[in-house]
Amino acid sequence: MKIIVSSKEVPVRDSQLRIATDDARWIEDGDLSYEMNEPDAYALEEALQLKEKHGGEVIALCAGRIRASQTIREALAKGADRALHIEDEDIGSWDTLSLARLLAKAAGREKPDLILTGLQSDDLGYGQTRVVLAEILGLPHATIVMAAEVLDGRIRVKRELASGWFQNIEMPLPAVLTIQSGINKLRYATLMGIKKAKTKEVKCLTARELGVTASATATIERVYFPHKAKQTQLLEGSAREAAAKLIEKLRFEARVI
Amino acid sequence: MSETVLVITEQRGGEWNRMSFETLAAGQRLAAELGQTASAAIAGEGIGVLAEGLTAWELDRVYAVEHELLHDYTADGYTAALEQLIRKVQPSFVLFPHTYQVRDLAPKLATRFNQGLISDVVAIRTYGGPIFVRQLFQGKLNADVRPVGPAPHFISIQAGAFNADLAEPGASKVEVFTPALTVSEIRQRPMEPFRESTGAVDLTAADIIVSVGRGIKEKENISIIEALAKALGGELAATRPVCDSGWLPIERQVGSSGQTVSPKVYIAVGISGAIQHLLGMKGSKIIVAINKDSNAPIFEVADYGIVGDLFEVVPAMVEALKPAMVARA
Repeated sequence: MKIIVSSKEVPVRDSQLRIATDDARWIEDGDLSYEMNEPDAYALEEALQLKEKHGGEVIALCAGRIRASQTIREALAKGADRALHIEDEDIGSWDTLSLARLLAKAAGREKPDLILTGLQSDDLGYGQTRVVLAEILGLPHATIVMAAEVLDGRIRVKRELASGWFQNIEMPLPAVLTIQSGINKLRYATLMGIKKAKTKEVKCLTARELGVTASATATIERVYFPHKAKQTQLLEGSAREAAAKLIEKLRFEARVI
Repeated sequence: MSETVLVITEQRGGEWNRMSFETLAAGQRLAAELGQTASAAIAGEGIGVLAEGLTAWELDRVYAVEHELLHDYTADGYTAALEQLIRKVQPSFVLFPHTYQVRDLAPKLATRFNQGLISDVVAIRTYGGPIFVRQLFQGKLNADVRPVGPAPHFISIQAGAFNADLAEPGASKVEVFTPALTVSEIRQRPMEPFRESTGAVDLTAADIIVSVGRGIKEKENISIIEALAKALGGELAATRPVCDSGWLPIERQVGSSGQTVSPKVYIAVGISGAIQHLLGMKGSKIIVAINKDSNAPIFEVADYGIVGDLFEVVPAMVEALKPAMVARA
């Protein structure tokens, strides 16, 4: 079976974010380090496990800057067979609808059996691009998937519902699934894998070749740090001093311990 | 275009999703700011009583989207039904509660109208038209988002962002809307929802909870947090990533997919405070945050905070608690 894993690169989790000084609509991103969006890493792992069980091919699909080739190489090193890189230095300005159109053009040509992705991105967190992708390609989808089992021409997935509930759903292939984080154990790239990745095919595409232009259904007017809902008493000093002050506050001011 | 803000409410098996009423309050407020009316819709099979219930609010109309093929939620069925309703009503805005179901449905629905979904909105402001505030980077940043292009615009509202008690009561009428649906267009075959057996840990009864997040870095370090919980006589809890990694059992998970707790004191250690976690603990009486990143969203809800290295602060807290333990003995 042919599986496409759609991923994006995002700033590493511990990044100290600063608002861009020349344009308050985004963060200062020149000096940040990037990594594969963590939920997408779980989607990649799920794809690799399905391939191990059923055979076939895993294709990594990523729309991003040239720099994103790093995370694409990582996917190849972990076991993806080849990659499609839609290169665009201004990918951040694409809204979800036009980005999904872009991904749909690239993914549709491959006629995959399955398209997997993480449930949302760690940066924008819209959690919708791949649902939109499914709609554009006319494919059924399921979101927040905890487990996937390929049957004959169909797939059965376990969806997470709210507050500890789950539901199994079956649908015909091809289909689009968004994968919940933590459902499998991520593998590390082996040395052999990293070596092999260098010889694997990465096909570079552009929006122009794909015939898609960026549109906007919504624009970010500014980004800012949220206002505090509460006045936090920050306890300062060395770790020992701060800890002692905190215990005293909890005992004699809040009276909760 | 009719001048109405349409709120899509949610039920499952005849039970309300309570977030529906928060979204109703949001919809009414947005409508008031736009000088429009608010309307509401509910979809399902046999939802007459729930629809009647909605008429007790200040709404222009309540649409009961009724069909036997809507008995169980499916993305295909609900999208088709709501698409037909929206084409008929032609609202300016369509508001949803940001539920698991809406995350599955609303992006697909919005695409049918060449629109995006402005998801997970925490506040609505107006200057030169409505601005929707949503969180980026797991709550570390806010963004003001303005919808552009023709109506309808699609918005989903985060849990707890609006107060359901502020929804205006009133009187309206139910209009039954029967969508045209066929079995063959619904590709998903849903089975009965089920619960997985969870262990016996009941965090909701605890007065003191010490909770740990990704900042703990590895499983071996959990013992540092365990020592603090023990010194305080409290329960140990964790965020989802910590449980997903198998560092603590899932029965100790606090957040929207775990337990919702409101202890006397909640000590969040190495927890950045993603919204999914905050939803499970923001009702705590006193919240303490210990985190090395002063911009971590957990500090927005904290009463007391220490910006510092948990590997130094937590053992120091255990140390500071020692004299009391001796005194009690």
